[in-house]
Amino acid sequence: MSTQNLPALPARRTNVLWSIARYREAGIGLIILILVVLVTLRSPEFLTIDNFRDILLNISILVIVALAQAMVIITHGIDLSVSSMIGLVAMMVAFVVKQYPGMPMVSAILLGLALGAVLGMINGLIITYGKVPPIIATLGTLSIYRGLVFFYSGGTWINSFELPKSFKMLSKGTPLGLPNMVIYAIIVAVIVYYFLSYTRTGRSIYAVGGNPDAAAVAGIRSQRILFLVYLLAGVACGLAAVLWASRFESAQTNTALGFELQTVAAAVVGGVSISGGVGTVPGVLLGALLLGIIQNALTLVRISPFWQLAAQGLLILIAVVADNLIARRIQRSKSS
Amino acid sequence: MSENILELKEITKRFAGVEVLHAVSFTLRPGEVHALLGENGAGKSTLIKVVTGVYQADGGEIFLNGGQVHFADPSESRQAGIAAIYQELSLFPDLDVAENIYVGRQPTSAGNRIDWRKLYSSAGELLKSLGVQLDLKAKARSLSIAQKQMVEIARALSIDARILIMDEPTSSLTLNEVADLFRLVRKLRDDGTAIVFISHRLEELFEIADRVTVLRDGNYIATRQVAEVNREDLIRLMVGRTISSLYPKTEVPAGKVLLKVDKLTQVGVYENISFELRAGEILGMAGLVGAGRTEVARAIFGVEPPTSGTIAIDGREVRIHSSQQAIELGLAYIPEDRQLHGLIPPMNIVANISLPMIGSYARRGWLSDKAERTAAFNSARQMEVRANNIWQKARELSGGNQQKIVLAKWLSTKPRILIMDEPTRGIDVGTKAAVHALMSKLAGEGLAILMISSELPEVIGMSDRILVMHEGHMTGHFTRLEATQELIMSAATQAVKAGSPQ
Repeated sequence: MSTQNLPALPARRTNVLWSIARYREAGIGLIILILVVLVTLRSPEFLTIDNFRDILLNISILVIVALAQAMVIITHGIDLSVSSMIGLVAMMVAFVVKQYPGMPMVSAILLGLALGAVLGMINGLIITYGKVPPIIATLGTLSIYRGLVFFYSGGTWINSFELPKSFKMLSKGTPLGLPNMVIYAIIVAVIVYYFLSYTRTGRSIYAVGGNPDAAAVAGIRSQRILFLVYLLAGVACGLAAVLWASRFESAQTNTALGFELQTVAAAVVGGVSISGGVGTVPGVLLGALLLGIIQNALTLVRISPFWQLAAQGLLILIAVVADNLIARRIQRSKSS
Repeated sequence: MSENILELKEITKRFAGVEVLHAVSFTLRPGEVHALLGENGAGKSTLIKVVTGVYQADGGEIFLNGGQVHFADPSESRQAGIAAIYQELSLFPDLDVAENIYVGRQPTSAGNRIDWRKLYSSAGELLKSLGVQLDLKAKARSLSIAQKQMVEIARALSIDARILIMDEPTSSLTLNEVADLFRLVRKLRDDGTAIVFISHRLEELFEIADRVTVLRDGNYIATRQVAEVNREDLIRLMVGRTISSLYPKTEVPAGKVLLKVDKLTQVGVYENISFELRAGEILGMAGLVGAGRTEVARAIFGVEPPTSGTIAIDGREVRIHSSQQAIELGLAYIPEDRQLHGLIPPMNIVANISLPMIGSYARRGWLSDKAERTAAFNSARQMEVRANNIWQKARELSGGNQQKIVLAKWLSTKPRILIMDEPTRGIDVGTKAAVHALMSKLAGEGLAILMISSELPEVIGMSDRILVMHEGHMTGHFTRLEATQELIMSAATQAVKAGSPQ
């Protein structure tokens, strides 16, 4: 029984636009569209294939790590240590490659994945076995892993001339007309999409984040799931680290410093709920794309680099708030 | 007579050394609805949680199909074919209906790939076989409680549960929804499912149950064929105990009317609640959990204003919109859930006590430490709070001492009308007596107390007068001398058809 009169229901809309709007990704897609139009009006060189290839190239690594971050956030966790994992693995892999320039580059990637897996497992163990809240655990390893970068490298960098060409080529080239990097990102996205949508383990990630008590009653082993998502985050960072070192042709002590916030931003902007249980691969892809577009556009419309970071933050907030308002409106019209 | 599918033998359970189940036995046969009946706190939910593996029994044996079993966690009992639907529903809010049914057991095709098409088609068939219409792709978050229950039942059936346990399934349903649910329960029973049905509503037991087992204070009392008992028998079995002399309410001549509530109504929650409360009087509000008593208290305290009706304080009609205003009018409200509403667990005793009056310890915006400390210390001592010192954190104290802190906190506002919601729930007997003595003393000093309690001996022992509520209606009003446990329980469980005039 309702205690107040609700406004008359609008006729049930069944057109295409409406069915698109039911998806949360629609809001962020709309915002991207508006942004593209606005920026293009200001500087027409924005809407060119070359520029968009640039944007995609620039967000490839972000996409890989943000997808892993999204899985962690869906379990109602967070992994702040991703930037340090990338920094550490990049340094270690670069050192090995420098030592053995003749090694097949597939093994460099495998080494990166393995090292990342180890770091991710450490996070997972601290969180599941040590019962430390994820934000604290990964804040700790954020510092520890970064500290290890200095310890391992003795504070020195590995520069372009020390790395073999085959390593640097890992991230270059455009087979199929798309940059290598973008293809890596697409492969990861497809794998994560399949994992989250078509495996029980993937679905359990949502269950654990959405209602941990119910997950336990449903016979889902939550601790294993949690361990797994941090492990996967490590693996993703391992891949990202190899690509990072290859693309920028160096490994520095400050590689990827502050990158963790971008991965969280991409996930959250893409509709992954910080309170767990919600998030999709297309959403995260759009989130990363929006971030990439904002960065690119700020340069194109010649906003001073001093302002760029602040403008970027502001645009992210606007995007999230606008998306929330849209989502709320949809919710309201659905429930009435 | 068919074999027992489930047999509990002398189950004992202790929490922190306190025994809450004393050698309780229970049997369940396939194709029967077996009701579990008892007052709040009789041990029904604990017993159920032992069966489902949420708790482990400290003594006794569980037999399933004749073989002894031991469940370490809920997933084991699930695998053994026992499904439970708890009061707090356990769905995944952001997953859709179909996936909620199969979560963790999604059908897969080659390569362990989840077969979504099969998932939706079997979910659809399952719901259809139950005669339930639901959008398979609706998120659980958007469902009504009744619909959520249907999803839970479907989930239970999807694992071929032979035993279905329902803990107060009807407590938040409308009459129509209850009828739907019962139709489903009967269907399941006729298909051979064994059903344990927990409910407070006696009339429902007669409608749905085949046998009934009564628990009281953690003891097994009796098992009867429902066809062979009547209401009065059941009520007697539920309450049949004598009142101890724990309750020291002294007679105080009642003063003038401090609080007068007239036809207070919140549509669908409580209706036409009227009573007076005098200085020096303790008015008990009895009834079962969910009868609407807390909501009435919250309305008086301005937390959730009623839709109609009036409240008068000192004979003057007032509209209370906020708890701040209520405090200024001389009201104090001690909520039932101390952890949730009454205390800030990580803060120390001083901070907790001074919280409502924090403004009076401040000068020009700066807190006076000393004034705050002294006031808090004095009231903590007056309450006989047991703590190492006044800087101890509230969460480190026992339940009883926490309750004293909450009392101290509200008494520091110098109220004239005190509303206490389940003042002694979950605290030990000794502290309970202390709280009762304090209530009696406060009433003696002219405080008017409205006490909500689901514990009949407490209500009868402490109250000068007793109101009984049932499903939002006042169904009884007794003086201390008239009141018996049977009378109150009868009023608290009586069926009032929705919408019919009082």
